[in-house]
Amino acid sequence: MSAKQATAASVGLLNCHICGQLSRLKRGLHEACCPRCGSALHARKPNSIPRTWALLIAAMILYVPANLLPMMHTSSLFGSQSDTIMSGVVYFWTTGSWYLALIIFFASIMVPLLKMLALMVLLVSVQRSSRWQREQRARLYRLVEFVGRWSMLDIYVVAVIVALVQLKALATIQPGPGAIAFGAVVVLTMFAALTFDPRLIWEPQRESHG
Amino acid sequence: MSAPLIACHECDLLQREVALPRGGVARCARCGAELYRSHPHGMERTLALTAGAIVLFVLANSFPIIGLQLEGQTIQTTLYNTVRTLWDEDMKSVAVLVFVTTIAMPALQLSALAYLLFPLRLGRVPAHFSAVFRVLQTVRPWGMVEVFMLGVLVSLVKLAHLAGIVPGVALWSFAALMLVMAGIGAVFDARGLWARASRLQGAAP
Repeated sequence: MSAKQATAASVGLLNCHICGQLSRLKRGLHEACCPRCGSALHARKPNSIPRTWALLIAAMILYVPANLLPMMHTSSLFGSQSDTIMSGVVYFWTTGSWYLALIIFFASIMVPLLKMLALMVLLVSVQRSSRWQREQRARLYRLVEFVGRWSMLDIYVVAVIVALVQLKALATIQPGPGAIAFGAVVVLTMFAALTFDPRLIWEPQRESHG
Repeated sequence: MSAPLIACHECDLLQREVALPRGGVARCARCGAELYRSHPHGMERTLALTAGAIVLFVLANSFPIIGLQLEGQTIQTTLYNTVRTLWDEDMKSVAVLVFVTTIAMPALQLSALAYLLFPLRLGRVPAHFSAVFRVLQTVRPWGMVEVFMLGVLVSLVKLAHLAGIVPGVALWSFAALMLVMAGIGAVFDARGLWARASRLQGAAP
């Protein structure tokens, strides 16, 4: 890395996060509109750190019921049964579909967990103005953004199964409250990733006025 | 005059634009984020893929995804039916989530692309160009066709021991839609779009 590295903000330019147009910030103003596409412009995402923390903490709280409450209730002639995410994984594992067990385990349990941990690492390191492994942390942020959507997998599985087995006389499958909590975790962590401003990794000290 | 400046959208570093070879990608010198890419005929390709995706999207939504065969009877479900069932089961928030991520957002994304690209190709800048462009960029992370596709496959395996599975037309359409939308993501060039629009606006003030 070279010593002299000008950022847009350091020379009074704002980068539009929607269309990528650079524009000059008028003196005294804190916010403006992009002259090309009209989006609101900020040097940094406003209140990025407290907002991301708020969304992240909400997601962490909901992660508990998402894993403990059942995603599905199955009732048939042979009795009824409730399935959590983990029992679904175990079911696939014991019936020989170990590859599906792995996919669901990663998408539904590991990805949300690692995503929340990663966001925590990013937030804490930014708050401590850390210069540690900045390129790796930038990469971590991109990974979080890319991978988060795959956690929706279990929601879709529940939706499809419920719709199909609903209509059958032998058994009915109903969605459980875990599905609501789980959906909320996915949406909250996606919003948390969108609210986090990766530019803070490179210039943590500018965060204070945000 | 040197090359125009560009700021990295992830770390804000100012850099000079460089000319790219065909199919090349420019990355930020500091954080490695993708800055822009060059695609020969990027707009034409995006337009073609969008037209294809719209057809597939309509198919994927009007036909059953999978059917269960049991005692001579077949039970089928469309995407809209799954949303409807969740809603009726009093899982309204989950129903909305599924509807938004698999139907509303992809529909919005495809119609915004068509709205922007068709007129531009014909040499006109459509009304409310920038507003529609903003919608397009905001909507993008929320369309999850590919995740839904995997979800359908998992439920297929889960149901296979209960009854015979009949793959529906929409299953294949969804698989194709997933590929075509990934293609759109790869060739869509926002910078080229704006460059074209401002050239046209400059030509006919």
